[in-house]
Amino acid sequence: MNRRTLRRVKSNVMVGIMASAVVVAVLPLLFILGSLLLRGASSLSLAFFSQLPVPAGETGGGVLHAIVGTLIIVGIASLLGVPIGVGAGVYCAEYPGSRLALVTRFVADVMNGTPSIVVGVFAWTVIVAPQHHYSGLAGSAALAILMIPMVMRTTEELLKLVPNSLREAALALGYARWRTTWSVMLRTALPGIVTGTLLAVARIAGETAPLLFTALGNQYLSFNPNAPMAALPLVVFTYSIGPYEEWHQFAWAAALVLILVVLVLSIAARMVTRERFGAYRD
Amino acid sequence: MAATVPPTGLSQQAAPLKRLTGAARGDQLFRLVLTICAIVIPVLLLALVLMLVRGAAPAIARFGLGFAATKTWDPVAGQFGAFPMIVGTLLTSLLALLIAVPLSLGVAVYLTEFAPGFLRRPVAMVIELLAAIPSVVYGLWGVFVLIPLLQRAVFPFLRSLLGFLPFFQGAIYGPSVLAASIILAIMIMPFIMSVSREVLLAVPNSQREAAMALGATRWEAVRTAIIPYARSGIVGAVILGLGRALGETMAVTMLIGNRHDSSMSLFAPGYTMAAAIANEFNEAATPMHYAALTYVALLLFVITVLVNAAARLLIWRVSRGGVSGAKAE
Repeated sequence: MNRRTLRRVKSNVMVGIMASAVVVAVLPLLFILGSLLLRGASSLSLAFFSQLPVPAGETGGGVLHAIVGTLIIVGIASLLGVPIGVGAGVYCAEYPGSRLALVTRFVADVMNGTPSIVVGVFAWTVIVAPQHHYSGLAGSAALAILMIPMVMRTTEELLKLVPNSLREAALALGYARWRTTWSVMLRTALPGIVTGTLLAVARIAGETAPLLFTALGNQYLSFNPNAPMAALPLVVFTYSIGPYEEWHQFAWAAALVLILVVLVLSIAARMVTRERFGAYRD
Repeated sequence: MAATVPPTGLSQQAAPLKRLTGAARGDQLFRLVLTICAIVIPVLLLALVLMLVRGAAPAIARFGLGFAATKTWDPVAGQFGAFPMIVGTLLTSLLALLIAVPLSLGVAVYLTEFAPGFLRRPVAMVIELLAAIPSVVYGLWGVFVLIPLLQRAVFPFLRSLLGFLPFFQGAIYGPSVLAASIILAIMIMPFIMSVSREVLLAVPNSQREAAMALGATRWEAVRTAIIPYARSGIVGAVILGLGRALGETMAVTMLIGNRHDSSMSLFAPGYTMAAAIANEFNEAATPMHYAALTYVALLLFVITVLVNAAARLLIWRVSRGGVSGAKAE
C-alpha cells in the first residue's frame, strides 16, 4: 500500500517535471518575441520601409534596399529550387524502389543537415571567385541549394499520403501515367506541397551565413541581381555588430521585420495544410 | 537516359495501340524530366565535395591532416591549424546537447503521453516556431539580452557555486563558450523535440496498454515500455540536433567572442569552425588563408555529414519498424 503511494507520487513528480520542461522550453520564444517588440517596434514607421539607410551618426533611414534585395534573392532562389525539388520529390515518390530514388533520398537527407556556411563557401568558389565580384545571384544559388532537399522531402512525403485508389482510378479511366501524376497525384498533394515550399522559403529568407560572401550586402537600392545586393538578415548582422547605439536600434527594427516575414510565412504554411491533411496526421 | 516505359503495365493494356505511342512518349518525357531533377541532388553534393577539396587543396598539401591538431592560426606568417576551433565546435555542441536534450525529451514525452489533448498541438506548434526564428535574430537577442543577463546574474552565480571546477574559474567575459552553448541549446531544442515527438507518436498503443495493464504508473509505462521502444529514434533525434549545433554559424559567431585559443574556462571566449569561416572568409588576404578556411569548411562538412548520416540511419530503422518490439526489454 505504502509502496503503491510512493510509486504514484513518483509518477506525478516526473510528470510535473516534464510539464515544467514545457514552460522552460516555451519561455525563450516569448522572451525573444518580447525583446523584439520592445526594442524594435518603436523604430518601425513608414519611413523604415520606404527609405534607405543613413550614414552612421544620423538617425532615421530605412531598409527598403534590404527588403527589395531579400525579395529578389529569395525569389530567384525559389525559382531555381522549387521546380527541381518538386521534380526530384515526384521522382522518388513515383519510382520509390529505383536506385536513383534511394540515393537521392539519402543525399537529400544528408544535405538537409549541411551547414549553410559551407554552402556559402561552395557558392563563393563556384560563382563569386570566377566572376571576381559578389552578386545577389550567387546568394540565390546558395539558398536554392539549401532549399532543394527540403522541398524534395516534403513533396515525396505528401505524395505518399495520397491514397493509391486515386491513382488506380485515374489509370483505369485511361489516363497516361504522367497525366495521372500531374493532374491527380500532384493536384491532391498540392496544399501540402505549398506548405512545405512556404516553410522552406521562410527558412531560407532568414539565412545569413550563405549570403555573407555571396550577396555581401549593399547600402543602395539595387535591382541588379548580378551585383552585390542587400538582404534583411545581412542588415541585422552588420548593424548589430556595429559600434553605434543607433545601429543597434536599427538592427532590432530590421530583425522585427525579418521575423514578422518569417513567422507569417510559417504560420500561413501550417494553415494551408491544416484543413486538407489534418485528418491524416496525428 | 533511363527512358524506358514505366513498368505499370496498366497504361499499356488499357490504351489502344495508336494512343499508346503518344502516351508512352509523354511518359518517357515526363520520366526524363523527373530523372534529371532527381539526379541534380546527388550531383550537387558531388560538386560540393569536389569544389571544397579543390579549394582546400593548397592547404591540404601544405598542412595535411596535422591541420586538425595544430594550434597556431597566423594568417600573416601563413601558418594555419584548426585545433582550437575544432575543440570549440565540439565543446559548444556537446554543452548545448547537455542542456537541450533533457529539456526537449521532457517536452516530447509530456506532449505525447501526458498533456491534455487541447494543449498538444498548440504547444508543439509554438516550440516549432522557435525553429523558424532566423539564426541572426538569435544572435542579436543573445548579444543584447542574453549576454548582459548571463554576465550580471548567471555567470557570477555559477562561479560561486561551481568555482572549484576548472571550467567555472577565471574572469567573466560576456561573449564566451558558455553563452554560445546556451544560445545553441535554445536553437536545437525544437529539432530534437519535434523529431523525438514523431518517434514517440509512432510507438504503438499496445505498448502503453500492456504496461498499464500490468499495473505500471504512467511514468513507469513511459520508462519501461515507451522510451526503450523509441530509444534508437530518440538517439537519432539527438544526433540530428548535434548536426545542427555543429554547423550553426551566425548566433555562435556573435556570441562566442571569436578568439583563436582554447581555455579550460567556459567563461572565456573561444572559436568554432563555422564562426571562423564567417568572420575571416571575406577578409582573407592570401590564397593560403582562403585555402585554409576552405579546408575548415571541408572538415566541418565531413563531420556534419557523418553525424547526419548516423542520425538518419537510426531514425529510418525506427520509422520503418525495423526494430519493432525487439528493443523493448
